[in-house]
Amino acid sequence: MNKMLVGKVTDIDLLGSRTFRVNDTDIALFRLSDGEVLAVENKCPHKGGALSEGMVCGSKVHCPLHDWRIDLHSGAVQEPDTGCVPTFNVEIDPDNGSIYVTI
Amino acid sequence: MTATRKKLVLVGNGMAGVWAIEHLLKLAPEAYEITIFGSEPHPNYNRIMLSSVLAGGANMDEIIINDLEWYRSHNITLYIGQTVTAIDTDKRVIYSDKGIETEYDELILATGSHPFMLPLPGADKKGVIAFRDIKDCEIMQETAKSYRKAVVIGGGLLGLEAARGLLHLGMEVSVVHINEYIMERQLDQPASIMLRKELEDQGMKFLLNKQSEAILGQKRVKSLLFADGSTVEADLIVMAVGIKPNIKLAQKSGITINRGIVVNDYMETNIPGISAVGECAEHRGIAYGLVAPLYEQGAVLAKRLAGVVTEGYAGSVTSTKLKVSGVNVFSAGQFTEPENSRALRFQDEIDGVYKKLVIQNDKLIGAVLFGDTNDGAQLFSMIKKGENIKGREKELLLGISADAFSAGQGNRLEEMADDEIICGCNGVSKGRIAEAIQSEGCTSVGQIKACTKASASCGGCKPLVEGLLQLYAGDAVVTVKEGICGCTPLGRDEIVSEIKRMELKTVKEVMNVLEWNVEEGCSKCRPSLNYYLGMLWPEEYVDEKESRFTNERYHANIQKDGTYSVVPRIYGGVTSPAALKKIAEVAEKFDVPMVKFTGGQRIDLLGVKKEDLPKMWEELDMPSGHAYGKTLRTVKTCVGSTFCRFGTQDAIGMGIRLEKEFERLTAPAKVKLAVSGCPRNCAEATIKDFGVVAIDGGWELHIGGNGGVHVRATDLLCVVKTDDEVVEWASAFLQYYRESAGWNERTAAWVERVGVDSVKKALENREDRLALQERIQKTLSLTTDPWKQIVNEPELRKNFEPITQPETV
Ligand SMILES: Cc1cc2nc3c(=O)[nH]c(=O)nc-3n(C[C@H](O)[C@H](O)[C@H](O)COP(=O)(O)OP(=O)(O)OC[C@H]3O[C@@H](n4cnc5c(N)ncnc54)[C@H](O)[C@@H]3O)c2cc1C
Ligand code: SF4
Ligand code: FES
Repeated sequence: MNKMLVGKVTDIDLLGSRTFRVNDTDIALFRLSDGEVLAVENKCPHKGGALSEGMVCGSKVHCPLHDWRIDLHSGAVQEPDTGCVPTFNVEIDPDNGSIYVTI
Repeated sequence: MTATRKKLVLVGNGMAGVWAIEHLLKLAPEAYEITIFGSEPHPNYNRIMLSSVLAGGANMDEIIINDLEWYRSHNITLYIGQTVTAIDTDKRVIYSDKGIETEYDELILATGSHPFMLPLPGADKKGVIAFRDIKDCEIMQETAKSYRKAVVIGGGLLGLEAARGLLHLGMEVSVVHINEYIMERQLDQPASIMLRKELEDQGMKFLLNKQSEAILGQKRVKSLLFADGSTVEADLIVMAVGIKPNIKLAQKSGITINRGIVVNDYMETNIPGISAVGECAEHRGIAYGLVAPLYEQGAVLAKRLAGVVTEGYAGSVTSTKLKVSGVNVFSAGQFTEPENSRALRFQDEIDGVYKKLVIQNDKLIGAVLFGDTNDGAQLFSMIKKGENIKGREKELLLGISADAFSAGQGNRLEEMADDEIICGCNGVSKGRIAEAIQSEGCTSVGQIKACTKASASCGGCKPLVEGLLQLYAGDAVVTVKEGICGCTPLGRDEIVSEIKRMELKTVKEVMNVLEWNVEEGCSKCRPSLNYYLGMLWPEEYVDEKESRFTNERYHANIQKDGTYSVVPRIYGGVTSPAALKKIAEVAEKFDVPMVKFTGGQRIDLLGVKKEDLPKMWEELDMPSGHAYGKTLRTVKTCVGSTFCRFGTQDAIGMGIRLEKEFERLTAPAKVKLAVSGCPRNCAEATIKDFGVVAIDGGWELHIGGNGGVHVRATDLLCVVKTDDEVVEWASAFLQYYRESAGWNERTAAWVERVGVDSVKKALENREDRLALQERIQKTLSLTTDPWKQIVNEPELRKNFEPITQPETV
């Protein structure tokens, strides 16, 4: 388990996403409209679509390739499709907005 | 634990066997250690969808029912690409062709059928195949790439679906049938003739009353010879003349066989510990060739193996539907009129509808429907139930009214056993749907579909699903008005008029005020609202990039591997040596994997990494071609009077003028234009959204064409004299389309929906046209080039790059 500083909250647009890479894994950070920041592996369980490029609706992201919906809290693919994306714990420093992700 | 598990081996990794295993795992997940053998090199897939794959309705990998992960997660040992060749019924061991030996306590044979191949001379030539599995499908797709002529032998269900698929693949297709009437095993003569006419209209040719005699050719098939001496040319012959149960293994092993492997009501063969299920099994003299019976058989088998009480399998009444788009055919039960039966018929040659009901002793015993098959599922359920329909016959024939039906339907559905299959395509039982309604809270057909996949494929079972919803959800049923998506019951027009009336100015506001039922909507309604708001309030509305699709957000087309493509604008398809050099240099500098000319006369740089996009745009220093958005794409031109000896007008000049006029325009869907310099129409203007064709002394203006999935030729809007008039009409047309079409609705679909005449009428007054033109000009004047904007604004540009390199703390 590694805790990493990956950037600042303001680096991510609201309802937007930024990515970073750790040991060959692409991780996508999302910032929801209420400000919450969540991290999941940037790879759709369907055909590997980059989730960071998808549309964020509430706490779900729609994969850009075939529109699967993934819950960003649990990583669970929404019905009727099935599957799961690994999620990562995110902490935000309330003072300076630094984002820490535990990998 | 494992020591106590019995060993279960399944031979045949197809629909019937795996369905039974799935059922068994639900009833007794811990009871068996399971091993599955399958000859085909694939996990279990939905064979019936092969027809859709051929016809372009589904992808090969969308038809997988259980992927490899499913086998793994259920601890199933799977041997694919292995055929079981022998069974030692005394020692209870099976042997595969690759040398695997496996012991069993229980053995299930689910070996399916073989396609029947006519033993014609030459049947072993290259290009002669059946239609049964993925491999056959792949051969057809491959062949269609380099050959033109296909012949399908057999005018039954399977043959016609194969023929339809081959037509879709661009081949010329003839169907050879031995009888005078196609699908004679499912249809009576009037329905058969109507079907043939319909398919002929789709481009299929028929050779009826033809007995095939020999297949001619060298190595590869060249033609098919008939008994009457005639021949037909063929590069590919698909035999679809029937199937025979695959009983070889059972026969060798001393299991009793007849046409199929003989089983009792519990799917047991004569040898202890060995069962059979699916197309290879023969139950009470019948070997079925459809999936609905095998779902029922599988459920019985699973129950027996799980030690759950079952009444056994009592045989199935079957129904068929032809899965050919644009043709509705349904047939069930005894449709030829047996003695002592009476029939009711209804034939309407104007709308192409035919219906026939066969009645015996006041009970419905068979039905044929052509053209309008809405009542199919209901009629089928009446046939299965054998209920008395005295006095209601005519009503049933003319269409099942909701009232006529509610009386009988409630209790029919109520009495139906829980494991009876409602959705034949996806094997969804009544019990599963009841569960979705009662414990998972589904209150609409849409939700049930999302939850269980029932009614998601052919849709034939929708009335039954609705009935179940009534039955179990009662008052809670939300009769959902079909809104623009699942998040709202409101349609496009209601939403747009409410936005106008209440002057709503952001997506969030619209969702709040109009009571969206999903927080922040979905990938359908968000972009729609973003478009409507931008169209209605061009000056005030701030476009929400987060409500746009990937392509429109990154101003490039995302490709399947996550890279993007870059297409600079090339007005009217006219470029210059300097511009070409620039493009070439940039392509080299960024190692662009592919440089390709598009169909719209410009250059596509494919395979670009996202982080390179802004850098490339910066170096190109050309406007975006908007090849990715719901906007004006290209204006295709021919050389026109500038060079062509036939040209009557300057097509290039007109094309460039139109492209400059409308570039960056947002629209409900993509918009393509073209200008041809004379009626020879080399720029293919009559399949564009707005097509301009020069005539002597003027221009013809055409609208609503499309060259995509549904090719549609344009309708003539009007003829004008001057270049300015062309621009005036184009402006008015495009703005009218922007203001009245639904998001994602191409002009072709929109023109069909509202009618050409209504479009003509809306544009006929010059005053109206000028008002529309003014509005479109206002909108256009507010647009900027997105590439330049991103290049120059770090706040936008950052999104193309990874966030800072992470550091461990
Ligand atoms: C193109 C097409 C369209 C169809 N459309 C419809 C439709 O619309 N509606 C409908 O109801 N039905 C339809 N059917 C029929 C339906 O697909 C079959 O009834 C169903 O697939 C039969 O299932 P099964 O498990 O008995 O056989 P299969 O699905 O054929 O499975 C048997 C499997 O066992 C394997 N096997 C055989 N012998 C061995 C061995 N010794 N060792 C290992 N493996 C072995 C075979 O390779 C095969 O994969 C269609 C069929 C086709 C081909
Ligand atoms: S459409 Fe007419 S003017 Fe244009 S290239 Fe063809 S023949 Fe020449
Ligand atoms: S890759 Fe994500 S939905 Fe297909």
